Amino acid sequence: MSASEAGPFLKIEGVSKSFGSFQAVRDVSLTVEKGEIFALLGGSGCGKTTLLRMLAGFEEPTSGRIFLDGRDMAGVPPWNRPVHMMFQSYALFPHMTVAKNVAYGLKHEKMTRAERDARVAEMLDLVQLTPFAGRKPHQISGGQRQRVALARALARQPKLLLLDEPLAALDKKLREHTQFELMSIQARTGVTFIVVTHDQEEAMTLADRIAVMDKGQVKQVGSPTEIYEFPNSRFVAGFIGSITSFEARVTGREDGLLAVEVPAFGTRVMARDVAGVTEGQAVTLALRPEKLTISKDRPEGPNAVEGMVKDLAYFGKDSLYRISLPSGALVQAHAVNARRGTEAARVADWDDRVWLGFDPGAAIVLAE
Amino acid sequence: MAGSRLSRWFDRKGWSDLIVGAPYIWLLVFFLLPFLVVVAMSVATKTSTAPPISWGGEVPLVSWEAYARVFGDGLYLRAFLTSVLNAAVAMVLCLLIGYPMALGLVRVAPAWRNILLMLVILPFWTSFLLRVYAWMGLMGRNSWFNGMLTDAWNVLVPVDWAVRSIPMMNTNFAVVLVMVYTYLPFMILPLYASLERLDPTLDEAAMDLGSKPARVFWDVTLPQSIPGIIAGGMLVFIPAAGELVIPTLVGNASSPMIGRVISDEFAQARDWPMASAVAVVLLLMMVVPTMLYSHFQARAEGSK
Amino acid sequence: MKRRPVFLITMLAFGFAFFYIPILSMIVYSFNESRLATVWGGFSTKWYVSLFSNRQVLAALVLSLKIAFISASIATILGTMAGIALARFRAFRGRVMFSGLVTAPLIMPEVITGISSLMFFIMLAEWIGWPAQRGFTTVTLAHITFSMVFVTTVVQARMIQADRAIEEAAMDLGSRPWQVLFDVTLPVIFPAILSGWLLAFTISLDDVVITSFTTGPGSTTLPLLIWSKVKLGVTPDINALATLMVLVVGAGVLIAGIVMNRAAARASADARLAYRANE
Repeated sequence: MSASEAGPFLKIEGVSKSFGSFQAVRDVSLTVEKGEIFALLGGSGCGKTTLLRMLAGFEEPTSGRIFLDGRDMAGVPPWNRPVHMMFQSYALFPHMTVAKNVAYGLKHEKMTRAERDARVAEMLDLVQLTPFAGRKPHQISGGQRQRVALARALARQPKLLLLDEPLAALDKKLREHTQFELMSIQARTGVTFIVVTHDQEEAMTLADRIAVMDKGQVKQVGSPTEIYEFPNSRFVAGFIGSITSFEARVTGREDGLLAVEVPAFGTRVMARDVAGVTEGQAVTLALRPEKLTISKDRPEGPNAVEGMVKDLAYFGKDSLYRISLPSGALVQAHAVNARRGTEAARVADWDDRVWLGFDPGAAIVLAE
Repeated sequence: MAGSRLSRWFDRKGWSDLIVGAPYIWLLVFFLLPFLVVVAMSVATKTSTAPPISWGGEVPLVSWEAYARVFGDGLYLRAFLTSVLNAAVAMVLCLLIGYPMALGLVRVAPAWRNILLMLVILPFWTSFLLRVYAWMGLMGRNSWFNGMLTDAWNVLVPVDWAVRSIPMMNTNFAVVLVMVYTYLPFMILPLYASLERLDPTLDEAAMDLGSKPARVFWDVTLPQSIPGIIAGGMLVFIPAAGELVIPTLVGNASSPMIGRVISDEFAQARDWPMASAVAVVLLLMMVVPTMLYSHFQARAEGSK
Repeated sequence: MKRRPVFLITMLAFGFAFFYIPILSMIVYSFNESRLATVWGGFSTKWYVSLFSNRQVLAALVLSLKIAFISASIATILGTMAGIALARFRAFRGRVMFSGLVTAPLIMPEVITGISSLMFFIMLAEWIGWPAQRGFTTVTLAHITFSMVFVTTVVQARMIQADRAIEEAAMDLGSRPWQVLFDVTLPVIFPAILSGWLLAFTISLDDVVITSFTTGPGSTTLPLLIWSKVKLGVTPDINALATLMVLVVGAGVLIAGIVMNRAAARASADARLAYRANE
């Protein structure tokens, strides 16, 4: 008991998985706390699903170990793991009713019939599907199927719930609603969720912490804010949100800030200091469009670059500008359309000369 | 403890071994082993004992005599040739009749399609033997069908060529006709399956680009249905080449097909080595088109 | 604007005439008074009466049904196992050989299957004294062997289509592999198993060649009985028997078609229900 409470709830230790010569997962180490919603985020083929399948027990790691609540899961078959999965296709049993689907896992528990019926009723109530208990999966809608899959996976009270692209099969409107529902169900049941997704917005809204994966490796682990505001690599910066990046060189440190020479800007800018970079090192300077200000006059502060509006796209609440710099480089910048009107709404127009400004804190310096 | 170890073994491996093992062993014993017996028989020597074979006593234990006769005796080679020709002609005729029918099935109104498809499948479920038999009734000298054809013939040709009835039974023509009749559904169904998948907008696109319907068929429809043509062709050719029932009932006994030769060597001449050798050669002959077929199929799947 | 495909419709009409005229002719002549089967001599049902009083025909029918039922049932079990194995177990020792063994009976000419089974049974009797006599058992064994691969083909195709995740889901929810098989896999592929059984049953019931090689004295199936009579020529009582068989099968296929249409209608009703549930 004490041993399990001392360590992290889920510990993945140097796990790798190869299929023949293909390395799907490379040396992944992660810890997940009890009650957390943890997201594995990455493009297709990044190894996130393989990692999930190793947690469920469908695949055995080629090397490395997985501990759940202090117990080594090596050699434990899927049917003996206190881990349940919500499949991307939902994988509902087509020949069973909604209630039978939810009850399926419970037949392996030592429970009386009454207890089992009570649990099924409780689960159906949790996902608001009580009126549909007697229907077959093909007689309900996609969103309802998703909730059946959730209720079925939660019915046995797993220690860990794995959700494989839980929202991918839903249409956009339903997806937002379901996101919040998933979060509230997680909060009520207290079960630890691991969500696999390729959708960064989904990961950002759902998860307490995110692991960004690429080519079988975990690139960064952190809260949504950390991942967004302080990406540690060009891959993570580019994968989450949009970004414009430039080659740069560190010239020195001043007032706790990093001075960076950016050839594309033709000038030196100040950026938030990053540990581990040294003077003269080649780095990447990355800027998010919404952190840039656009003005007709030179802005105050250390960072200002002059350019010309090359393109602008009006989205209603905001506009996206593409500013071309004298060096020929292009920068993307967002501006909120605070004022109302046809022309007045825009800060600047095509071919206008404008100044771009940004706070040193908003400039991301990436060594990798 | 032993029990739980057993159940763990069963969960991990035992159950899958059982699922693979049972049909595997069955086929090894009741399919492969009998075939190996045939191969062994083909190099045995005919005797007058029962069973009428022996494997030597003298060195070498095997005798290639049966194979020498298969390739040396014109009777066997002619039988092979007759089989291949009959099967090939039947296959081509099935294609010529079956292709427009399959295309017609795809193009008719959907309400009709299911009924017509059922009408294609229905003969497939009725007894093969009876379908052959039905033609025996039509082809006989005194039948209304033969009479009708005879009348038509007599009207069309000079008086000198007039006949009392057309000799249809016990000819290669009858064999091919009945083969076409019995195997036509095997041609239509794969053709229909491959034509049904085609995107009708492709036709429209081709017509939109200025092609006449006949040209569209040649440029768009036909090339895309080649997998169906090959599948249907194989499904007709392979069983037709080894056919026994049709040549026995309506065929010409003086130019037998190979299936009948095997059966006669075995049952009438009691020459087991000879029957076995012919069987082995026939099977090798079947393997070549089958491998071509799976090669084409693998390529078709690879290109998807 | 759409052109009527006149040529195709003509070919369809011609094709269906080709399919059905011989059968219709046979049906008509089964009511022929004359003993000469191909010359019309007036309407009569006497061949049906003589058919029903023919104990030989009835005995052969019963034997055929018995063999078909037993062989189709065992073939379905073995064929389903093989289909599941080929669709689900990606790599096992001897897989190439196994898939070869499952395909070979499909292309093997029946004559060869027939004589190889017969030689095998004869040699087996020489070596181990079993089977002492050929008949019911040997025919059934041979029928199981060549019809199981048809079941395998049907089941394998269905298994490849089926969502593998539902089997994993059952396993994930605590079921051992064999429980998954009975709880999920078999119920889901049941329609394929059923059509596999029907196929095996029909193939067995229809077989002449393999049966004629593997049977022995006293075990005459219906196709063998017909075969021995038909070899001698066309007779009106065979016309009557053929008519009955065609009508029974026709009715069966028709009923199956109607049931399938109903199922399709139910599926679309379910789809509407699901759509309404969405709102």
